[in-house]
Amino acid sequence: MSEVAQHYPPGQHPDMPPPAGQRGVLLWLRTNLFSSWINTLMTIVAVYLLYKIVPPLLDWAVLDAVMNAANRDECRQLGSGACWAFINDRFSILVYGFYPAAERWRVDMSFILLCLALVPVLFDHVPFRKPGLIFSCVYPLIAGWLLLGGFGLQPVGTDEFGGMMLNTVVGVTGIAFSLPLGILLALGRQSHLPIVKSCSVCFIEFIRGVPLITLLFVASTMLNYFLPPGTTFDLLLRVLIMVTLFSSGYIAEVVRGGLQAIPKGQYEAADSMGLKYWQSMRLIVLPQALKISIPGIVNTFIGLFKDTTLVLIIGLLDVLGIGKSSLADAQWNGLSNEIYVSIALFFFIFCFGMSRYSIYLEKKLDKGYKR
Amino acid sequence: MKKTAFISAAAAAVMAFGATAASAATLDDVKARGELRCVVSTGLAGFAYTDSAGVYQGFDADFCRATAAAVLGDASKVKFVPATGKTRFTILNSGEGDVLWRNTTWTFVRDVDVKLTFVGVNYYDGQGFMVPKSLGVKSAKDLDGATVCIQTGTTTELNLADFFRTNKIKYEPVPIETNDESRTNYLAGRCDVYTTDASGLAATRSTFPNPKDHVILPEIISKEPLGPAVRQGDDAWGDTIRWVLNATLAAEELGITQANVAELAKGTNNPEINRMLGTEGDLGAMLGLQKDWVVKVISAVGNYSEIFERHIGPSTPIALERGLNALWTQGGLQYTPPFR
Repeated sequence: MSEVAQHYPPGQHPDMPPPAGQRGVLLWLRTNLFSSWINTLMTIVAVYLLYKIVPPLLDWAVLDAVMNAANRDECRQLGSGACWAFINDRFSILVYGFYPAAERWRVDMSFILLCLALVPVLFDHVPFRKPGLIFSCVYPLIAGWLLLGGFGLQPVGTDEFGGMMLNTVVGVTGIAFSLPLGILLALGRQSHLPIVKSCSVCFIEFIRGVPLITLLFVASTMLNYFLPPGTTFDLLLRVLIMVTLFSSGYIAEVVRGGLQAIPKGQYEAADSMGLKYWQSMRLIVLPQALKISIPGIVNTFIGLFKDTTLVLIIGLLDVLGIGKSSLADAQWNGLSNEIYVSIALFFFIFCFGMSRYSIYLEKKLDKGYKR
Repeated sequence: MKKTAFISAAAAAVMAFGATAASAATLDDVKARGELRCVVSTGLAGFAYTDSAGVYQGFDADFCRATAAAVLGDASKVKFVPATGKTRFTILNSGEGDVLWRNTTWTFVRDVDVKLTFVGVNYYDGQGFMVPKSLGVKSAKDLDGATVCIQTGTTTELNLADFFRTNKIKYEPVPIETNDESRTNYLAGRCDVYTTDASGLAATRSTFPNPKDHVILPEIISKEPLGPAVRQGDDAWGDTIRWVLNATLAAEELGITQANVAELAKGTNNPEINRMLGTEGDLGAMLGLQKDWVVKVISAVGNYSEIFERHIGPSTPIALERGLNALWTQGGLQYTPPFR
């Protein structure tokens, strides 16, 4: 019974640890999971759902899955879970489409170079940024040469493009070219020159009023009715142009939102400094407007990347198209879950990456506005 | 279906304007290009699909190869143009494709109003029903009140409405875009009945975890003659396609196979074989083709029976019987006019 309450003079009480229930794991549980009866209920429901969903999913995707088999029936005999052997079998055409097998290193190469070319564009503090940016500017030419061939490489037609490679080519080209075009259109729409303004407005409203599928369809089939007979105009090129124009219309509206959010004082300040139109845009207005527009721009890009699957409608086999036509193979027929899960994963990786980068960029540029 | 009709009608209207890009002599175009653009399905088990090397395979794909062999002398000179049910006619009419070998039902409207010319039938199909055995249904007429998964934009949808109306029974349609979706929905029990062409039923059932739990009902409620089509107004090209198909049938009838065609091409004492294979007369030149065009076709893909057996016959997972597609001499409907 030595526990006698100690008395301290006021202000002399030493720091004591909080009571057991108010610290560590218990505190975290209490504040985050069981803070009120409604949260407690939701925690219990969530745990129950996880218990119901996760183990069967793991069984299906990992534990009972079959990695190697010659066909569906063999898969079914070997395990009751996912038949990843199908994906294994189709992996190369899902990635490269119909690109000649001996030339596939060129696709790999252009992808690696793409990553290298993106680094100086996306990040500030990297070594050799200046020469890196020059490389990024010439990258489209290098990629075009690698993918299409010519000048010493065996030529490959664009009709042999397919799979993820096709999605990436269409997506990256659309993204790279629609941003500058969209900014120009947004500036055009804000312009005081009537012709520039009305052209921009007409273009943007037309593009936004028409579904992408319709544009692709017009590009693929209807164009032939209007062009002189015998004109051949590469199908992939038409798709690239349509996709770029389509997303530039959307980018333009997103950027216009940013431009309108800049207080008038900023424009006037630029004018009073004696800056010319392009100078004031480049130095004062656009840096602020684009920063505000980042979430919207990335949103449009993510949408564009997912829309690349629409090329299936006009007879180009992107990764989804290859998946569908592989599903019709009698050897593997019926394994749609496996193929769609894999394709979803591919899109998720790309789109999630874009979304994370946008968050990083917003944080980095968020100077002086922190609350 | 409506959308298809609209697009095709629009296409036809533009063509009527005279602004047609597709010039009349497709045969010359194909020869000049050195490549046949063949419209196939984006994926139908047994008929057109990509294998693991990314090469198109299947019953329809082989007829594309046969056409290329006849016209260009090389079965590999095909560019496959995959088309969905909604885009197939526009692709053909706009000149993006030369010929349609895409399990397409020959109907009045398509032949007349969509401005196509169907030149034959390479597969006689008909629409059937599949139900779970546990339902205890013996005939399609017992299906009153059933929910049915149907693919939109196909003749299947229209046949179904007709069948239920004539028999004065009710059904609840579940509209679905692709065959794969209907399969998933049917297996998940969201519809009681799965309906499509009989060839598709058997093929789909073979992919089920327990195929024996499902029965295909005896009724075949429609005629689905699937055949090749070309643009209207190019009869010479239509003739070429028609006689490529006929050549595979005649070859089966006369016992010409991939294995013995080279031997028979040296000359036989059967005049019809000689005419076909180019050792007598000059049928090839009349079509604007090489003398040995049939030899090229048969050595590339074989006769009708060989193509059938390779992709959809009893020894394949699709396991279809010849049935209506047997030669006329064996109780089927496949009949070719003489090579004379």
